[in-house]
Amino acid sequence: MIGLTSYLTVSAVLFALGLAGIILNRKNLIILLMCVELLLLSVNTNLVAFSHFFAKAEGQIFVFFILTVAAAEAAIGLAILMVLFRNKGTIDVASFNSLKG
Amino acid sequence: MPISFEQLFFWFFAALLLFSALMVIVLRNPVQSALALVMAFIASSGLWMLLSAEFLSLILILVYVGAVMTLFLFVVMTLNLDKDIQKEGFVRYLPYGIVALVFIAGLIIYALKQQNFVTVPPDSLTHPANYSNIKVLGEILYTTYAYPFELAGVLLLIAIVAAISLDLRTSKGKKQQVSEQIATDPKRQVRLVK
Repeated sequence: MIGLTSYLTVSAVLFALGLAGIILNRKNLIILLMCVELLLLSVNTNLVAFSHFFAKAEGQIFVFFILTVAAAEAAIGLAILMVLFRNKGTIDVASFNSLKG
Repeated sequence: MPISFEQLFFWFFAALLLFSALMVIVLRNPVQSALALVMAFIASSGLWMLLSAEFLSLILILVYVGAVMTLFLFVVMTLNLDKDIQKEGFVRYLPYGIVALVFIAGLIIYALKQQNFVTVPPDSLTHPANYSNIKVLGEILYTTYAYPFELAGVLLLIAIVAAISLDLRTSKGKKQQVSEQIATDPKRQVRLVK
């Protein structure tokens, strides 16, 4: 019987995988943005599961807005990345250390 | 024990989702990571379809895979990152990554047990044959949540303006005078020299 807990477990593991991806990623800024998308996907799955098992549609409405914000954030993040690549010549995460004291 | 079709569906898409999420982290080539993320979105779209969120699961494929991941792949191809494939430091930080993964996942799974939630009884989870997910969403979205809906539109407008103005490069060279281009006389443009 697929209950609420099964979906929440899947979502939790997905969130943890996205977080581990952010921690383990040393070389590539794009992978970081992709792991942020994974985090948002796990939260969305969580909300849709709750919306189904509580028989309310408000969870899906919130997913609607999260999708909108995530798409906008991905677009702006990639635009910033392009400008960064144009100015620095690399997207190595470790080389953006000009603010380091 | 006979496995119902729903369970088979769930296990297949959940396994596919978690596997492709793992592949996003582990793969070295960023193009392969982006394609693994596409697979993750498609698998989670299948999971959402199982949760009778039909509109959202299809919108996930249309918007997320079709637009956002296409944008990601564009950027990955444009930046031409073949020389940055090596993931050095991955093995060095792997213990921290695994500890964080196990800790966060374990904490959330431990906290979200079934008896903590008051869900509706399972026999009311299946919908009638004329259940329209879009209709239910539309009835709420355009009445109760009309104001956030408009704000989401404004947010997308701001995102467009910001993304364009970040990459805007004013060209110092050619400029087009459209009025002059339209007002030319074709007889004056070509001159036959014999």
